[in-house]
Amino acid sequence: MSVSPPPGTVLRVTAALKRDPLGMAGFVLVGLILLATVCAPWLAPHDPLEVDVTNRLSGPSAQHWLGTDQLGRDMLSRVLFGGQVALKVSLIAISTSMAIGIALGMIAGFGPRWLDRALLVSFDTVRSFPTIMFALAIVALIGPSLNTVIGVIIVTSIPVYARVVRTQTQALRERDFILAERAMGASTFRILRDHVFPNIAPPLFILASMDVPAVIGMEAGLSFLGLGVSPPTPSWGSILNDGYSYLRNSPWPIIAGGLPLIAVTLGFTFFGEALRDIFDPRLRRKDA
Amino acid sequence: MSSPVLEIRDLTVSYQTEQGRLPALRDISLVVPEGEIVGIVGESGCGKSTLISAVIRLLSPNARIDGGSIRFKGDDLLGLAPERMRSLRGDEISTVFQDPMTSLSPVLTIGRQMADVQHRNDISRSARNARSQRMLERVGIPDTDAQLGRYPHQLSGGMLQRVAIAMALMAEPSLLIADEPTTALDATLEVQIIRLLQALQRDVGCSILFVSHHLGVIAELCDAVVVMYAGEVVESGATHDVLRHPRHPYTRRLLECDPARIAERTRVLPVIAGSLPDLGSLPGGCIFRERCLQRFARCAAQRPSLSGGSHRVACHLPEAVA
Repeated sequence: MSVSPPPGTVLRVTAALKRDPLGMAGFVLVGLILLATVCAPWLAPHDPLEVDVTNRLSGPSAQHWLGTDQLGRDMLSRVLFGGQVALKVSLIAISTSMAIGIALGMIAGFGPRWLDRALLVSFDTVRSFPTIMFALAIVALIGPSLNTVIGVIIVTSIPVYARVVRTQTQALRERDFILAERAMGASTFRILRDHVFPNIAPPLFILASMDVPAVIGMEAGLSFLGLGVSPPTPSWGSILNDGYSYLRNSPWPIIAGGLPLIAVTLGFTFFGEALRDIFDPRLRRKDA
Repeated sequence: MSSPVLEIRDLTVSYQTEQGRLPALRDISLVVPEGEIVGIVGESGCGKSTLISAVIRLLSPNARIDGGSIRFKGDDLLGLAPERMRSLRGDEISTVFQDPMTSLSPVLTIGRQMADVQHRNDISRSARNARSQRMLERVGIPDTDAQLGRYPHQLSGGMLQRVAIAMALMAEPSLLIADEPTTALDATLEVQIIRLLQALQRDVGCSILFVSHHLGVIAELCDAVVVMYAGEVVESGATHDVLRHPRHPYTRRLLECDPARIAERTRVLPVIAGSLPDLGSLPGGCIFRERCLQRFARCAAQRPSLSGGSHRVACHLPEAVA
């Protein structure tokens, strides 16, 4: 599936970002975070699992920039490697739920009415569970692991994408060019793949960008509750949980675990909002 | 006369709506002979679009075909399996729609869409692009190489309609259905598109079913014409017979109302008084009765049937039948 972006998309995005300092800040922040987590093995000054009991819960120092946790592990290294977990979860969960959501949404929006109704009922059923309750139930059934977290996020995110796709597909299905395609003998699959999908894709990427911090927050939340990654693997959520237990002794673990969450949330939100402003059809000029 | 490409017999289609069942087409019969251009003329809401949708079997879900047959080269289209019907569309039967601005996808390039139309030909992308370019040249588009990379909003309406025609003729269909292809264009372009269709029709040798509410265009282009009113055929025949010697009062009034025929300057344009009958509660007898200046007792009592030899008319008036 290839979507050829309208000519000058890259130029348009960079030009718009220059005019939007907040969007630019988000873009830079997102870029830095991505770079830092991808390069974690080279950037991290220590092994994130290396225990140093003589140096527990220390504040920032030349050796440990963000201090150490209750076992004397280097916080900066743990935060960097924790970012890998967050990124892995959000990438896998968002791409999978988006792919399934797009497929189901197009089927619901384009298919017969009974199928649309059936899919809507199932979307609403999933959405009606509080996510944490759903996650607790699943973890109770199959045990805590990173894959469980990813699975839970995928299942609960599919309806979000599917609903957006369904509405957009319904708006498109009555358009003349879809009828013209049918009159040219195109199959339903071809119409969905070649004509509906490219028309609904841009807003989905904006939605996905805005979804990254939500998913990372969800992973952190589940890990905080002990439902996610198992120790000693670092995750921003488990860092926060450890820090919470020793908050009376040192504030640094909480600060170290919380800062990247705040940065990711702000970065992706600003970036997503900038993207939305660029691609919003109401702001989009014909010659743009 | 050569064998017909399209033969519609007694086609009756109705829509299921909240107001009940609306009979949009009633006993429509028409024939498109091989290599000829047949025009369908009638005012908005007379069922022209429903008729086209029925021929390509893309009626909206609430429409139902209540009777009649549509034969394409001898095959009954209404009895074909959906897959067979789909393989005919775009290959044997192509369609050009009214508004070229909306009948092309806004987010794909012209080249991509023209290559897509050739999905049945198992050839390389560059071969497809070469065919697209040749086709664009045939419809008179300059600088074809650059056009393939453009998006629909970068082209004018006239250019887009040429692209749409090029796409429709790509597979050299036996039947081209043109649904008011010039209505969204201005008058100069209209003439150009008509000339283009004429030339291409001679080239490709296809038949054309041409729908319009513009009598001038029909007179210019079509070999035969079918006049529709409120879902029925009221008159049909060779174009010069029907337009020179109209027999049905509706056709006559329609011709009188054509602004091109009005020689003197006037502030009062002629109109056909009244409006289309409500399809939900059709009056008995002749459907045009309530707007007809020449109605008489028999018009209310009996529905006139389409009769006559090559010039057929549905009217009780003695001079019409004569």
